[in-house]
Amino acid sequence: MSQPVIETSDLTRVYGDVTAVDHLNLRINEGEVFGFLGPNGAGKTTTILMLLGLTEPTSGNARICGFNPTREPLKVKRIVGYFPEKIGFYNDLTARQNLRYTADLNNIPLDGVEGKIDAVLRKVGLSEVSERQVGKFSRGMKQRLGIADVLMKDPKVVILDEPTSGIDPQGIEQILGLITDMHKQNITVLLSSHQLHQVQRVCSRVGILSKGRLVAEGSVEKLGMEAIGGGAYRIEIQTAEPEPKLVELVQKLPGIISVQSSEKVLVVNSDRDVRPQLAKAVVDSGALLVEMKIEKYGLEEIYMKYFKEG
Amino acid sequence: MRGMMAVLRKELADHFASKRFIILFLLIYLAGVAAIYIAGQNIRNEVSESTRFVFLRLFIVSGEQMPPFPFFMSLFVPIIGIALGFDAMNSERTSGNLSRLLSQPLYRDSLISAKFIAGVVVIGVLVTSIVAIVSGLGLRMLGIAPSGEEALRLLLFVIVTIIYGAFWLGLAIMFSIFFERTAVSALASIALWIFVFFFVSVIAESVANAVVPVDQNSQLDVLIRNEEFHQAISRLSPSTLYGESIQVMLMPEFGSASAALMLISIYTSGMVPTPLPVSQSLLIVWPQLVALVALTAVCFAIGYIRFMREEIRST
Repeated sequence: MSQPVIETSDLTRVYGDVTAVDHLNLRINEGEVFGFLGPNGAGKTTTILMLLGLTEPTSGNARICGFNPTREPLKVKRIVGYFPEKIGFYNDLTARQNLRYTADLNNIPLDGVEGKIDAVLRKVGLSEVSERQVGKFSRGMKQRLGIADVLMKDPKVVILDEPTSGIDPQGIEQILGLITDMHKQNITVLLSSHQLHQVQRVCSRVGILSKGRLVAEGSVEKLGMEAIGGGAYRIEIQTAEPEPKLVELVQKLPGIISVQSSEKVLVVNSDRDVRPQLAKAVVDSGALLVEMKIEKYGLEEIYMKYFKEG
Repeated sequence: MRGMMAVLRKELADHFASKRFIILFLLIYLAGVAAIYIAGQNIRNEVSESTRFVFLRLFIVSGEQMPPFPFFMSLFVPIIGIALGFDAMNSERTSGNLSRLLSQPLYRDSLISAKFIAGVVVIGVLVTSIVAIVSGLGLRMLGIAPSGEEALRLLLFVIVTIIYGAFWLGLAIMFSIFFERTAVSALASIALWIFVFFFVSVIAESVANAVVPVDQNSQLDVLIRNEEFHQAISRLSPSTLYGESIQVMLMPEFGSASAALMLISIYTSGMVPTPLPVSQSLLIVWPQLVALVALTAVCFAIGYIRFMREEIRST
């Protein structure tokens, strides 16, 4: 396997007697979209600040493309685009002027700047308001301008800290679409969020942070398995009368992980959708089916599980 | 270095286009022109055929209605420095720009240095232009061109004034790093300015009188000791350092940085002092100038160290 783009080893940050980040070990590979989840105060932003050299680790270290953010901040900042949690622009400048300043700071050759600004503004759908003062932008527009700002430097890695917070559903769609585009361009993305459904949609892998520790890591499906003891589906069957034979029949079906019965209700955990087979089993056992409900385990359940434990 | 130039360009463009700059310029322009105009009206009573440095007198003479030009500079230059620096860092932080800026390939010290340099350039432009304008006005009113030495002394006056402005700018930038809110940093700078401008002299006087009491019957040596004590304490204030420097620069006959000690020496020796060459005047105020530069460096360094170690969280 090639060298990971983002790697931390025993990264720790202590504030007074609070450990914000506790021996964090992360590996994010090239082209991945990594969802960095956790409740407020879990240490997500602190980790990001250490990755960018905006704060120093108490111990341990971080590497981005092999560079140490504390020792070689400029090498890291040349390739990493950062979208801070509360992003701001110069309100009295236009969108174009703001991006021009970013270009100037990034040493982008003057003759290519205007074309580049046009291209990124078109990508985020702000071409028509490029000459308007940013102070008059809506929140969603500012967030999109933030993405444009990040793209100005042609980053290899993009770190987004809560890019979808506080904007309307349509704005969220646009931002998620832009993240998917970055993925297509093989940009490595670290997306920090507590908005699970969005992360689930765009991330290839997620890590869950709680009290500074990485409590779970992997694909959404894998975490789902871990969260509920292997199953990804929970099916509830209600019959008219209790039927003891049914439990035996159900347990013989493929993919069943556990069966719990109480009076008329049977709760089945499985790793696949076994509703047709269950229906047949009910009929075979001679019981009368009243209701069958299925729940697919998503990130929410996984999240709740880890935060209850944490 | 390239990043620093980018910040410098942005800061200068912001300053020169800002309402703040226009207001400051109008303020200092009005005060300067008024002071020189009044001085031009009164200068005929003050100079005689034998007076050398007539042109420089224009900057010292005052009417009853108006204090002289250097007084206005000592009053306004700190305000300019504070106005240009008080929100340098905390406004970037509260607007959410700081996190974004510092994630660009830019050293932190480049950001703070560029802001300081941009401020000094603006102060330089303001001070130089106002001195040029009032000199032109003076030239027209008096009909006498300044001699080479007078021009040199005026140039030194401009340089010392810019250094003084840089001190206040450095102080204001330091406060803008320490205080999160711009109102607090502005207030802190202004409070300190009022303190050194109005109170240090009063405090110095009362301390000197407490340590070396004087009355009407005091011996000369007691008076001198009292005055020296007073001087030593008030020299802790940058305002005093600036005042003494420009006094010696604009009045060639001043052989001492202290006006009171100067008068005592004239009284005791009975000799009218002769004007000194520029190099000698410069030598007299060299300690004052070094102290001003050092104070500026200290303010800048304190802010710098704090900023370099700070965590940049967007809040």
